[in-house]
Amino acid sequence: MTEEIIIAGFGGQGVLSMGKILAYSGVMQNKEVSWMPSYGPEMRGGTANVTVIISDERISSPILNSYDTAIILNQQSMDKFEKTVKPGGLLIYDPNGLTRFPERKDINIYSIEAADEAARQGLSKIFNMVVLGGFLKLKPLVAPEYIHKGLEKSLPARHHALIPENEKAIEIGKSLLKAVHLVQ
Amino acid sequence: MGELKLMKGNEAVAEAAIRAGCDGYFGYPITPQSEVMEYLMAEKPFERTGMVVLQAESEVAAINMLYGGAGTGKMVMTSSSSPGISLMQEGISYMAGAELPALIVNIVRGGPGLGTIQPSQADYFQAVKGGGHGDYKLLVLAPASVQEMCDHVKLGFDKAYQYRTPVMILSDGAIGQMMEKVVLFDQIPRRTDEEVIAQCPWASNGRPQTRNHNIITSLDLDPAGQERVNLKLQAKYKLMEQHEVLYEEIQCEDAEYLFVAFGLSARICQKAIDLARAKGIKVGLFRPITLFPFPVTEVSNVGNRVKGILVVEMNAGQMIEDVKLSVGCKVKIEHFGRFGGIIPSPDEVVRALEQKIIGG
Amino acid sequence: MIMEDTFAKTEIHKPENIVYKKTDLMVDRPLSYCPGCGHGTAHRMLMEVIEEMNIQDKTIGVSPVGCSVLAYDFLNIDMLGAAHGRAPALATAIKRMWPNHFVFTYQGDGDLAAIGTAETIHACNRGENITIIFINNGIYGMTGGQMAPTTLPGMRSSTSPYGRDVATMGHPLKITELVAHLPGVYYVTRQAVHTPNHVRKTKKALRKAFELQKENKGLSFIEIVSNCNSGWKMTPVQSNKWMEDNMFPFYQLGDIKVDGKLVEKKEIAGKE
Repeated sequence: MTEEIIIAGFGGQGVLSMGKILAYSGVMQNKEVSWMPSYGPEMRGGTANVTVIISDERISSPILNSYDTAIILNQQSMDKFEKTVKPGGLLIYDPNGLTRFPERKDINIYSIEAADEAARQGLSKIFNMVVLGGFLKLKPLVAPEYIHKGLEKSLPARHHALIPENEKAIEIGKSLLKAVHLVQ
Repeated sequence: MGELKLMKGNEAVAEAAIRAGCDGYFGYPITPQSEVMEYLMAEKPFERTGMVVLQAESEVAAINMLYGGAGTGKMVMTSSSSPGISLMQEGISYMAGAELPALIVNIVRGGPGLGTIQPSQADYFQAVKGGGHGDYKLLVLAPASVQEMCDHVKLGFDKAYQYRTPVMILSDGAIGQMMEKVVLFDQIPRRTDEEVIAQCPWASNGRPQTRNHNIITSLDLDPAGQERVNLKLQAKYKLMEQHEVLYEEIQCEDAEYLFVAFGLSARICQKAIDLARAKGIKVGLFRPITLFPFPVTEVSNVGNRVKGILVVEMNAGQMIEDVKLSVGCKVKIEHFGRFGGIIPSPDEVVRALEQKIIGG
Repeated sequence: MIMEDTFAKTEIHKPENIVYKKTDLMVDRPLSYCPGCGHGTAHRMLMEVIEEMNIQDKTIGVSPVGCSVLAYDFLNIDMLGAAHGRAPALATAIKRMWPNHFVFTYQGDGDLAAIGTAETIHACNRGENITIIFINNGIYGMTGGQMAPTTLPGMRSSTSPYGRDVATMGHPLKITELVAHLPGVYYVTRQAVHTPNHVRKTKKALRKAFELQKENKGLSFIEIVSNCNSGWKMTPVQSNKWMEDNMFPFYQLGDIKVDGKLVEKKEIAGKE
């Protein structure tokens, strides 16, 4: 099993930390992982993206140009990464703020209204965990107990009190997915 | 098994330095390697092991702090990225001349000049062919994973002391910034002052009545004396060539074509192998791990069994010169590179193989 | 000749007759400095202080690039030869690695106040617990008499053959006064070594600096204004006279900072 994922959105949406929690959870489950961010000035308020690979085998290139899954959280990222999803692959997006929705017919597409729901529940700061929940519902690569360990390892000790809230956000995310287009 | 962590390459370098028993880190911030000193300052190794961490006023000062610390026998290191490493070249040359052990980490970014902060391998020549003035070499390690970033710190210190030479880890911005699983080796205690004195009888750390004074210098005004210094250095490099070559072969057994690549490029080539073999192209990868000493015989052995070689580098063609010198002229050898901070994608590597080697 | 030698050894070299002896911390070999140069005296004062404090096994020195590049051949203690200007960076690391040792740099004006300005200022500003010994003769001696950062206005050198024109070549840099203003610097003084009286004062200043190092007080900075009869194209006697008449009015001798406090300056005209 190898899952190659791109997570892309605005800096500040928690794109990198969502990738880190997913990757760390993979480590806890004894998978091979890599987490390769875009870095530099573009992160300061601009777009941010991270490539996460989780595999049972040694990972070759940490940098890819096509992905099994794209998780897309803003318009620039939709324009850039919709076309990079492998045929038959998965695209998850939050429609909040988007003006153009995905059009491909050869991939599975789900929307998740994570930003709106997180705001309603007062969980805006962990909106990224809602999105992660949606992804894990479709691709349960890592078991929940390892997600818990991944959160413990990723978050500084002073934030460990927030782990239950993070896990709640993940559960909420699992119920928010809407299938937009499915390949037969 | 050691402690398991998910870490950035830069963080792994810093943690490995603490665990290797390093006595002092001296550096100056520069993207994309600032996490090394940031991690150290946050981790407070001065409390964990007594290791000194100091932010210098420049890379010039930092490398000369290394010279000072290493000249007393202490285990010291710095890290920087390309423009900063250029500034350090004078000091590195002095350290090679004075035969001082130290570790220098270059998290390469695209150049020339201020260039870009994105990853590159354009400092190959600088690292492998001397870099500063005079006839000298560094032992150069090229990690391709976060695990190797960690392991090469310990290996680098071991070789630095074994040969009394500066050692360079030549990595790049992508490996520095990416996170992977890493198994950390257990803490090695820092040597006591008495152990340093015993291990380094050549070092200037205070003259007891029982010996003559030690002098750390790279100066010999007498040409005959300076030639002897050079001959001694060359003999040392010869020993490294005989004993310290490291490399990896991947899917070379049945290969009809060969990628030669180091560091991040080698990782991309591994993916390219999967893509090419899916198309029925039997290609393998030869990855030099030590760039000096270069695996001359080993790459020649594999290279002369195949129909063609594509050297893949994030530069305009540097290591290809060593590959050509090693393999000779019977096999077609071409270069594929992206530069200025662009990372080649696995499928463009396959296309280059098809166009430059198979179809060319 | 044989008679004389025998006489010398048997009749004069008795311990009770010795009134002065060169310190064992000076290596027994001829100095490479020009006859009349102040370096030899400065070296000897430094080594006498280290001998008297009995700290030779705990002292690490850093020599510069310049005339005193070979200081390590004469000073019988552990030494490191630095790249041009970088001695304070070496000394910083050495002291941090060996905090109970005594660490000094010995630098000329080109080394300390031109190419090494950044290292000098920042080691001083960090308050490294080291001693910097700064020999200022207003010229590049080793490379053959070129203009230094401390060359006086109008002073001739091989790269200011018509005299230093401050309009195009800049002003002489009083780096000693400059570093005295940094809070990390504890003791700053300017001395000379061309007369017995000045030699005594210099030795006292060196002793004070090393005592302060023992007490972890911060950085001590000792400037020694010295002559360069070769570079100045004078006899040694002329050069000392010229130094008194021209260097001392600009580089006034005396303490500049004591116990971490700047000394109130009296205007001194001409000779001390």
